[in-house]
Amino acid sequence: MIQIGLIVNPVAGLGGSVGLKGTDGMVEEALRRGAEPLSNERAKTALRGLLPLKDEAVIYTGSGDLGEASARSLGFETQVLHETSGSTGAGDTRALAKKLALRGVDLILFAGGDGTAADMYEAIGEKHPVLGIPTGVKIYSPVYATTPAAAGELARLYLTGFRSELEQAEVLDIDEEQYRLGRVDVRLRGYLSVPRKNRLIQGRKAPSLLSEQAAADAIAAAVIRDMEQDVCYLIGAGTTTYRVTERLGLAGTLIGVDLICNKQLIEADVYGSRILELAAGRPLKLVLTVTGGQGFLLGRGNQQLTPAVLQAVGKDNIIVIATQLKLASLGGRPLLLDTGSEETDRELSGYYKVIAGHNRYIAAKAE
Amino acid sequence: MKRIDRSKKVRTGFHQAKWDEPIIFELSTPGERGVSVPKASAAVAAAVGDGISDLPDHLKRKERVNLPEISQNRVLRHYMRLSQMTLGADVNIEIGQGTCTMKYSPKVNEQLARLVADMHPLQDEDTVQGMLQMYYEMDLYMREISGLDKFTFQPGGGSQAIFLMASMVRGYFESIGEADQRTEVITTLYSHPSDAAAPAVTGYDIVYVQPDPDTGLPDLEAFKAVCSEKTAAFMVANPEDTGLFNGHIKELVDYAHSVGALCCYDQANGNAVLGVARAKEAGFDMCHFNLHKTFSSPHGCSGPACGAAGVVEKLIPFLPVPSVEFDGKKYRLECDFADEEHGVSKVRAFMGVAPVVLRAYCWIRMLGPNGLWQVTKTAVLNNNYLFKRMMSIPGISAYYEDGNNQRVEQCRYTMEQVTKDTGITSGDVQRRMMDFGMHFWTSHHPYYLPEPITLEPTESPSKKDIDEYVDTVAHIIQECYQTPDIVKAAPHRSTIHQVDERWMDDPDGWAITWKIYNRKYK
Repeated sequence: MIQIGLIVNPVAGLGGSVGLKGTDGMVEEALRRGAEPLSNERAKTALRGLLPLKDEAVIYTGSGDLGEASARSLGFETQVLHETSGSTGAGDTRALAKKLALRGVDLILFAGGDGTAADMYEAIGEKHPVLGIPTGVKIYSPVYATTPAAAGELARLYLTGFRSELEQAEVLDIDEEQYRLGRVDVRLRGYLSVPRKNRLIQGRKAPSLLSEQAAADAIAAAVIRDMEQDVCYLIGAGTTTYRVTERLGLAGTLIGVDLICNKQLIEADVYGSRILELAAGRPLKLVLTVTGGQGFLLGRGNQQLTPAVLQAVGKDNIIVIATQLKLASLGGRPLLLDTGSEETDRELSGYYKVIAGHNRYIAAKAE
Repeated sequence: MKRIDRSKKVRTGFHQAKWDEPIIFELSTPGERGVSVPKASAAVAAAVGDGISDLPDHLKRKERVNLPEISQNRVLRHYMRLSQMTLGADVNIEIGQGTCTMKYSPKVNEQLARLVADMHPLQDEDTVQGMLQMYYEMDLYMREISGLDKFTFQPGGGSQAIFLMASMVRGYFESIGEADQRTEVITTLYSHPSDAAAPAVTGYDIVYVQPDPDTGLPDLEAFKAVCSEKTAAFMVANPEDTGLFNGHIKELVDYAHSVGALCCYDQANGNAVLGVARAKEAGFDMCHFNLHKTFSSPHGCSGPACGAAGVVEKLIPFLPVPSVEFDGKKYRLECDFADEEHGVSKVRAFMGVAPVVLRAYCWIRMLGPNGLWQVTKTAVLNNNYLFKRMMSIPGISAYYEDGNNQRVEQCRYTMEQVTKDTGITSGDVQRRMMDFGMHFWTSHHPYYLPEPITLEPTESPSKKDIDEYVDTVAHIIQECYQTPDIVKAAPHRSTIHQVDERWMDDPDGWAITWKIYNRKYK
């Protein structure tokens, strides 16, 4: 029997249709403006993609609007693991996610937006296979499929073993207050494991020797090979940079900045002044990758690297790493700098030889 | 009886042969023989020996050779069937394999090339004067075509020619004491992947320059930023896979020279420049041509090929040996020009793949200088006609299309709009094209442009051929919108149907020989 988890954030997307740029804390305002809840309808679009599996699948979900109603309306065998009465909230998403992970379902489908993804990450971390059905107003996190129908299709491929690989995708969150004021400030909240959408061999294509994962491993090996004695290395946030820490066997962090020296961890999850304190007197290098979907090198998900730290490092000591596919996805657009200091941005702008594999570099501009 | 209806524009009735043919090892029957070799008779053995006893012990097999045991007619049938299941260059309108320069190979050249089969590379020079003359004159022709000063025909393929160029770069810098300092080779993202792969094999670090997002040409500013005293060489194709010719290539070459680097021109596909532009005038120090592309010798799927590599005067000592020289009376093999310490000396046995060189020689002789120029003019005209027609298919477009960027001999298109509208990818269309007996190539991986299609007509197809090809593409694009399931499930009329590609990037699952297959899949 295939066990599918389903979590619907019933109010996701409510704000969008009435000109609000998100729904966090704005449910009542949205309803007052006449918004119609559509999240369950869109979740059903995704579930229709799983209808071929109906006879061999059970959907575990929450009561009513949390998923039960949608699953039952399409005729799926449905079991309720989490009861709620009246209005639902982020607490329900988190509680249900924990129960589904504990139950060990094959894949948790969750319908919502960036806020919902952040709740999922908080509840179950990056290990359990999940997939987002996009129903929210703003969706920057690549944990979501591109459309509800695409989510259904990808879930079916995954559950039937046609796509068995998982990849860690970013959970990004925008400060909605700032976004409503027209300022975009993306934070990296964590990672979720989702079925791999794209491989280095895109679509169904000829074989390629290196999968994206192997490319990331080769990059990590190259960084480690070139590490110098008694130089402090700051390892920035991101899956590609995390491979470096992982490969060294160190207990670093995925979304934090870690400081290592002579292949030993000095301290995990360091920030601003603490970095300068720890590295005092020793040469400092910084390993960064491209984060945040839009190609940010600095300023998204790595605010711990303050202008003071970056000044201490200097452009020549910044090592940028990224797979060829990741850079290609930027379509030739430059890497972005937003350190909070115009002067620092200016000093760090220019070309970097991005490490893209064993002895492979790609010249990329940062600005 | 009625007249046959020929009003259809596309071959909806095509079906490729499918023989369900096993691997030849599976056809083996113990004891079955193709040829029964008789033992030497007593009289023969007494006169010259039995042909076996004289073999030294270390050359004799200890075990039976593991080859299929099969009769002649079964062998013939097997390979005839396989050939029918192949979509070869002589049976389809070969426009769909962009960058490969799949032109027609005149059959008369094939006949001449077969004469070489009876020769041996160790024959005395006096007995192969004609072949040596051919090599000698071929060198002169390639000098004229490129403007460079000497050529070798030893590399057995394009990648091996690039490998040779990278090796000569290393040899040159060793000879002037800069080999330790110069550790990097710069190439561009739209150059052939071998321009990165081959120098990487020789130990160089590879630095890619990305295209300018507006023009599609290598970003000059980025190039200057990464060019330094660490740069050993700049390896580049022009035009690149996009079919855009970089009229400012000399600026990049000059800049590379200003930091002391050498410049190598990948002209594997030289079909856009014959009689129009030369490596010399652009300032290059080396170049290579694939004789099995531009010069009409057939492609062999990693089989017999030739990457003719040429150099400027100062690099002649680094070429492999021997070369063919002529004293006015006699042609001879010569090794004296080589730098024994830093030269490459060999990349392949003897003189390379002689039949390939001979076919190309015949082709050049038949066309003459004006004919070569006509080849390029026709190839570019064909491609621009193809381009106009392709661009008129709804959903197909091209990047870097600002009016100043005329394509030369090929083009990388995109069907991103079709994919957005229908979810059908260029990989799906590629498989569907097999149902009409045609190739349709996407691009190297990873894709730099979304949903790519790379087409190159060469000078060979007629207007009618090009029209049929484009009509077939248009027919399938229409299917994408109207009957998408047919395209997604394709091919339906090819030798095989869709393969399960789940395991394709898992090396542990690969079985590239019969022996490995038997070991892994008992």
